This record gives sequence, structure tokens and C-alpha cells, in this order.
Amino acid sequence: MSLEARIQASVSGFELDLQIAVGAGELVAVLGPNGSGKTSVLRVLAGLMPLDAGRVTLDGVVLDDPPTGVRVAPEHRPIGMVFQDYLLFPHLSVLENVAFGLRSRGTRRAAALTLASQWLERVGLEGYADRRPGSLSGGQAQRVALARALVTSPALLLMDEPMAALDASTRVELRRELRRQLQSFDGVRLVVTHDPVEAMAMADRLIILEQGRVLQSGSPAEVAQRPRSRYVADLVGVNLYRGRARETVIALTGGGSLTVAEAADGEVFAVVHPRTVALYRTRPDGTPRNVWEGRASDLDLEGDRVRVRLEGSPSIVAEVTPAAVRDLGLDRGDPVWISVKATEINVYPS
Amino acid sequence: MASSQRNPRGFPAPPLFIGLAGLGAAFFLLPLAGLLVRTPWGSAWQLLTSPEALTALRLSLLASLSATAIALIVGVPLAWIFARIAFPGRAVLRALTVLPMVLPPVVGGVALLAAFGRRGLVGAWLEQAFGIHIPFTTAGAILAESFVAMPFLVITVEAGLRGMDLRFEDAARTLGARRWTVLWRVTLPLVRPSLVAGAVLCWARALGEFGATITFAGNFPGRTQTMPLAVYLALETNPDAAIVLSLVLLAVSLAVLIGLRDRWLGAS
Repeated sequence: MSLEARIQASVSGFELDLQIAVGAGELVAVLGPNGSGKTSVLRVLAGLMPLDAGRVTLDGVVLDDPPTGVRVAPEHRPIGMVFQDYLLFPHLSVLENVAFGLRSRGTRRAAALTLASQWLERVGLEGYADRRPGSLSGGQAQRVALARALVTSPALLLMDEPMAALDASTRVELRRELRRQLQSFDGVRLVVTHDPVEAMAMADRLIILEQGRVLQSGSPAEVAQRPRSRYVADLVGVNLYRGRARETVIALTGGGSLTVAEAADGEVFAVVHPRTVALYRTRPDGTPRNVWEGRASDLDLEGDRVRVRLEGSPSIVAEVTPAAVRDLGLDRGDPVWISVKATEINVYPS
Repeated sequence: MASSQRNPRGFPAPPLFIGLAGLGAAFFLLPLAGLLVRTPWGSAWQLLTSPEALTALRLSLLASLSATAIALIVGVPLAWIFARIAFPGRAVLRALTVLPMVLPPVVGGVALLAAFGRRGLVGAWLEQAFGIHIPFTTAGAILAESFVAMPFLVITVEAGLRGMDLRFEDAARTLGARRWTVLWRVTLPLVRPSLVAGAVLCWARALGEFGATITFAGNFPGRTQTMPLAVYLALETNPDAAIVLSLVLLAVSLAVLIGLRDRWLGAS
């Protein structure tokens, strides 16, 4: 199963002009600031917004092809969509909400309700069938919305800012739960978000959108290490590590370890912003808890800053001024000492 | 009144102003008080269950409920069009549709005669082609009431549709719902409060309709003589009956007002 889309459409204010290809079972995050056209991309793919030009195919079936006049109506597309604030029908019970797609597609009432209750069970809400959506918490509503979208076994799942309507305090927990739910779905998954950490934590691949165009696309690690513009660098150009925390030490999956300020336990993400990475010619003697030796593999001048890619254990990207590079006499292939303060490392449970 | 000469925000109203307000209030309260005082409570039930009164009551219910049904069947789609589809002339068409709200009802009756009368625009054809004759029949009374009352439903439902979050319809479509399904299972349930309010207003207006009905449908007991017409007629022959029937209509109006209080009085 795969999605291929060339999208040209005029949205209020600007033109959407981009290409997206998502493979079977791939989870792609479309990341961009508000007003970058992210939601419009989803609306086009859902058939809720017309294309001016381009072509959308899903599993080889043409959904949109303006030159030949093909435009499959939303109700005839094999898609599931989770809207930003979930849009559960307030006048229907939770169970009826989940059964809605099946009923609309002609499944008999009894069968639809049975399947819907199985899905409620699957998302851990079996006791909530008769509740009204208004009485659910944000996290519960999200799970109902996901069940409602997936109950018809769509080939393509579209999610618009799935975490935006949730409290910051519950977000981490719910993101983990959502990722677990999404992993059990084998169709094409496209998630739109403005939150880089969310995108990097959830997706196999990132597509970065600005002003209706794709700025860059690639795995979270690729994009983070080689942001192709200042904007992308600011957005996602961070060092992202996965590892297992034990007290204040994180053993990184890719080798090496980091000492952090706050104790944690279990699987975590550690985020280090490149501008907090300090470089030395000789082993520094000071307070930073993390000091290791690496080798500069690449130097990129980006505006008034230089991004230095360093290989080591772990590999890391540092952002320094051109003057600092000169003072260090740093060039490609040179050994260099790296240090990061424990307090500069942000840790997120994964 | 003396204690209320200062409003909560501290603006001191001139006493004359307060006096005028009291006069205005009395103007509304006195007729109601008069009606209650003059009601022959002892014989009220007997008057109300007299064959004439019952006939008028029955006919009024039939006609007003039918008019409301017609308004729902064609008025809701009309409201939907006004709320959702931009087309040239929408503003004009909309204005003409709600015109009966401000039009003198007798003019409405004359206009209906001009359209559906024996020699009317459509009436002549209806009579020739199908032998259908509308004026001065119960159908005519229903038509007159629909004409006058439907605008209340149309504008109420239109406002509801405009206030609705359209993305619910999008959500329904992505779930495979076709147009009718979206309409029946999402749009209309979501605007149900407006539908109920609009239907109740429409029904109350239809129940009280007088001018267009008497002009277009006449005043035939059992056929077109609805309650308001019966009240008017009884005033000459049997004033007590007129007062009791008026009281019934007043009670209905009050019930509607209280039923819709959240809509009208909710803010205060």
C-alpha cells in the first residue's frame, strides 16, 4: 500500500505546490508552522478540497486527476481521518460514533455495533460505549476518534494535530499510547503537526512544509543532522538520541552515554540543541558532565553560524560562530573535544 | 419604584423617565389582567367544551400542525440553501421569503388569492388541470398559515445552520457518509435546538393566524374557522366564549415563551 500525491491547489493566501510519497506501513509526519498548508494537504488527500493540478493515487487507484476530471468524493475514499479537535459527533454515543463509518458504508446495525465495541476495547475504552463524547477527557476523545477512523480498515490514515487538543501534562503518556496504536495499523499513515518533538518521536519520516512547499524530507535523524535551511535547522536541527535511562545516565541506542540533570527511568529521548554543544582543542577541565572526543566530519556555514557535524560516541552536531571555528583552527577530519552540560539536555519519555 | 431609581451602574434616571417605563409596563399588563378578571371561571369548562369551541380547537390544531409540517418539509431545505449556497439574488429571495413576517396578514391573504384563487396565477391552472380548488377550504387555511408562519422557521433554522461547525460534515464524509446520511445523521441532529425552536415559533404563529386566513380561506365553522376567527366571531354573540378561547391562546403563547426562554431570556 502506498500513497503518491502531486498537489497543486490554491488555499486562501498562498499556493500549495508539493509532492508526497508515502510507502506501505510508513508513518510520515508533515511538519510546519501554522499556516504552512499542512491541514490543506490532509483536506486534499481526504477529498474535501479540490486540486487545481496534480494527481493523487492510493495503492494504484487514482483519487484525484484534474486533467481527466477524476475526483473521488470523500465518502468513496478508503481513508480514515482524525481531526484536530477530534470532532466526535456530540449527539451520538461513543459507540455510535465509532460505528458511524461502518453504518454509513452499509454495514448492518448489529454487526457495526459489535465491531465498534471490539474497537473500543482495543483502545481501552470498553466501559465508555454509552457515554456522550462531551463527558470524555481529551485523551479518551482522541482514542475514540482513532477507533472511529480505523474501524473501517482504511488504506490511508490522516491525522491532523492529534496531540494539539491535549493537556501538556498528559501529552507524553498519550503520545506513547498513540504510537502503540498506530504501530498496529499497517496502512499508510500521515500525521500533521507543528510540534517538532512530536514529529520526531512518532514518525519514520518527516516532510517539512513552509508556505505550501516541501522544504525538506527525510528520516528524523537525517533532517535533524542535515537541515537544509535556517528554518529547518531552527525547527528540527537538534540532536535527538534514543536510549535507556537509569537514574541520571542514559545509555544511548547508537552507542555512548549522556549524563543528564534529572533522573529518569526506562526508554527516553534526549534532545541536545547544537548551540549548547561546546568544542575544545584539548580535553576541557570543568563542570560539564559530558565530555568526549570526536572528529569533525563536516562544517556548514549557515548564515552567521557554522554547523559542525562530529563523529564520535555519540555523534553530535554543534553550532558555533565562524570566529570560534577560526580560533579553534577546526577543519574537516580534525579531532576535537566535545562537551555538553547535563542541564542542557532535555529528556522525554519515549 | 423609588428604590429602583438608581440602576446598578449608578446612572440616576429622571423620575419622569421611570414613570414612562411604568406606563409602558402597565400597557402590557392591564389587558392580560382584564382578560383574567373578566374570565367567567365558573362556566369556563362548559364554554370550552361546547361543540363550536371544540370544532374550532380541533381545526386550529389540525391546520397549525399541518402548516408546521409543511414549513419543516420545505422550509428546512430553504433555510439550508440560504445558509450554505451563495447564488446571485440570494439576498433578494431571502428578503422576499421572510417578508410575510412584516407584511400585514390581510395583504398576504389577498396575495394568496391572486396566486391560488379561482382566477389566480396557479389557481386557474390547478382548477382546470386537476379540479383542485384551494381558497375557502381547510387546505386554504393551512396554506395561509404556512405562508405567514414559515418565515419564523426559516430564519431560526438558517441561523442554526450558519452557527454550525461545518467540519462535522467533513468528518461524516470521510467516514463514508453520503449526502443524505450527512444531512440526516449529522447536520439536522446538530441543529436540533434551532429546528425545535423554529418549529415551535412557526406553530405558535400559525395557531394565532387571523388576517390571511379569513381573507384567503373565509370563516366557515368546521372548515376554515380556526380559534382566532372563532374568538372574533364570538365577541359579537357570546363574549364569555371569546374570553375563554382567548385565554387558551394566551396560555399556549405563554407556554411557548417559557419553553423557549433559554433562547430569548437566557441572557438575563
